[in-house]
Amino acid sequence: MTGIRKWGQPPILQISASFRRQRGNWGLTPFSWLRANLFSSWLNALTTLLLGYLLWRMVPPLIDWAFLDAVWTAPDSKACRAASGKGACWAFVAEKHRFILFGTYPYEQHWRPALASLLLIALWAVSALRVCWKWWLIPAWTAGLAVIGILMWGGIFGLAYVENERWGGLILTLLLTTFGIAFAFPLSIVLALARRSRMPVLQGLAVGFIELVRGVPLISLLFMASVMLPLFLPSGVSIDKLLRAQIALILFAAAYLAEVVRGGLQAIPAGQYEAADALGLSYWKKTLLVILPQALRIAIPPLVNSFIAFFKDTSLVLIIGLFDLLSTIKVALTEPAWTGFGVEAYLFASIVYFVFCHAMSRYSQNLERELARAEEGRRR
Amino acid sequence: MKASVGNPRLRALVYQAAALAVALIVAGYLVSNTLANLAERSIATGFGFLGREAGFSIGETTFMSYSAADTYLKALAVGVANTFRVALIGIVAATVLGTLIGLARLSRNWLLAKLAGGYVEFIRNVPLLVQLFFWYVLITENLPLPRAALEPLPGVYLTNRGIFFPVPAAHPAHVWMFAALIAGIVAAFLFTRWAARRRALAGSRPPVLEIVLALVLVPPALVYLAGGTPTEIDFPRLSGFNFAGGTAFTPEFAALAGGLVVYTAAFIAEIVRAGILAIPYGQFEAAYALGLRRRLAMRLVVLPQALRVIVPPLTSQYLNLTKNSSLAVAIGYPDLVSIANTTMNQTGQAVEGIAIIMAVYLAISLSISAFMNWYNARMALKER
Repeated sequence: MTGIRKWGQPPILQISASFRRQRGNWGLTPFSWLRANLFSSWLNALTTLLLGYLLWRMVPPLIDWAFLDAVWTAPDSKACRAASGKGACWAFVAEKHRFILFGTYPYEQHWRPALASLLLIALWAVSALRVCWKWWLIPAWTAGLAVIGILMWGGIFGLAYVENERWGGLILTLLLTTFGIAFAFPLSIVLALARRSRMPVLQGLAVGFIELVRGVPLISLLFMASVMLPLFLPSGVSIDKLLRAQIALILFAAAYLAEVVRGGLQAIPAGQYEAADALGLSYWKKTLLVILPQALRIAIPPLVNSFIAFFKDTSLVLIIGLFDLLSTIKVALTEPAWTGFGVEAYLFASIVYFVFCHAMSRYSQNLERELARAEEGRRR
Repeated sequence: MKASVGNPRLRALVYQAAALAVALIVAGYLVSNTLANLAERSIATGFGFLGREAGFSIGETTFMSYSAADTYLKALAVGVANTFRVALIGIVAATVLGTLIGLARLSRNWLLAKLAGGYVEFIRNVPLLVQLFFWYVLITENLPLPRAALEPLPGVYLTNRGIFFPVPAAHPAHVWMFAALIAGIVAAFLFTRWAARRRALAGSRPPVLEIVLALVLVPPALVYLAGGTPTEIDFPRLSGFNFAGGTAFTPEFAALAGGLVVYTAAFIAEIVRAGILAIPYGQFEAAYALGLRRRLAMRLVVLPQALRVIVPPLTSQYLNLTKNSSLAVAIGYPDLVSIANTTMNQTGQAVEGIAIIMAVYLAISLSISAFMNWYNARMALKER
């Protein structure tokens, strides 16, 4: 079928038809696979050759730079300076990994944020498994967060006290994300319900908040939190930087999540509301037992996508001077011995963020497929 | 209507009154605290500071000149203009790149489709701020000094001081060419409206595309010829430690615009791909069955439907790009947020500074969403 051109077919049609066909082409012999996918027409062959040439020119030097000629470990930056321009300086990452991961946390206590990070990642991983979507997740999270709090702050069980100004690195990114979502999610449900309610005042307040927050950049909210929150409080009451940033992030995430939840609510057929009304359920019973379970289920995949976006957005706290993962990398680069290796440093940051975000996005895609299959099974 | 707990309308009123009261009390509490704190720190409220001398210089300006002796108001205006410049250039470039990558992902060429897919997957999963820092250090630390500038195209120089390229030397004819272009666009717009009305009335359709292209392109060309065909080109030349002449993107602008384009293009690519895949095969077949030729089928049947799917998410990406341009503050491009930040640090007028930032972005957001609603209403399926 490939290679045969229907008369008068518009190019866009060929594109989308070939896209649909692509999966079937894997069952062919290698030679016919090449013909079908890389050399089906003159134009196609030309594209392949051109791209092949570009890759051949670019990929080997890149591999040389990133692996073969790279400096992997070095006690100081001299070896890196010598290889400058020819090989990457991964020694920067090797040398600075403790500071990048844990910030200014006391050096001999680094096992505490390390353990806390692992615990937090494990909690997220367990919560991602559908077999674990049970009531015990709530006490598990509560206990987990309590343990993390004890690990990070210390002050009991013989652990030295560490004030949260010294927290930094990966754990800060993870904590900002976790607490941001944990508080923003319930708030977003309230906002979405208020926006969908028939009470004009509630609706107006919800719409006003959501549109205001979504209409301005996150930076302006973070600035507001860092310079205006202290003004909002009665004089004498102070609130630390981390908490201020966390409040801004929560409000920001709540507005975006509220729109996702609203999308889920809108997807519920009117018949569900009518059926609940016919059973004589009150508003809260109807919402909690009939509407929300279905709406949130529909909203899970887009919610995970919002979580990914939020995880990426926490990097903005760097601008108001918190030491998250990106910030520790940036600070590590300011040490005179190691200036000039920014490309390697930010590639490393990209890889760390990519690993987390890619895992979440893969998960969201699988979940979407699984939920769609479950839905189909129920309909049948 | 009985006044009891069970009366839903009364209950709704009570809930709303309570919500409003809570909102007002919280707002009042915050405002009174703020006023008390400001009085305590003896910071004057109000926008009077805007008329004072700013006293800081700005690295680059768009369409206006500025010096440290100008007022804060002028400085903020420069910031707004810089934001618009990076947003406009970014939107145009991201749309082009995003559309190309979206189409590439649907290509029947396996290699091209996979490369485009890898691009989208990687770029979307790395924070924009990391990417901006990456481009910035790539330009400032890894490009050569002006003396050893890279010259990928004749007259285009890549250096760690910025990207330099030639422009036609300033000539009075350019202003008139621009005016002729605007006049041509207005004429083309009026003509398409007239053509659409005429088609509705008479059924026949003049060759719209050709005439529109002629209306837009011919007047500037004629003015160019009448203005004496200025051919002089201003090339950047090395003088001292830097380039002079031509025009330049500063490293900050290049990193910000480049980062925003690369990032947003990945999202636009997905939108374009989804829009094209959303059109059922039958739509093409039906158009052919009606006897439409290829171009007409495309223009009258396929594109309007694809655009209906593509345009709403596309506008929200434009809005995201504009809001994301505020990350400029992290790499030192003087956009609105970064100038407002400097202003706040100098004057202590935090409340006013943040109010200005929010007001400007809200105005942009609300006007774009007003446009969206208008477009959706126009494009909505009219069922008969």
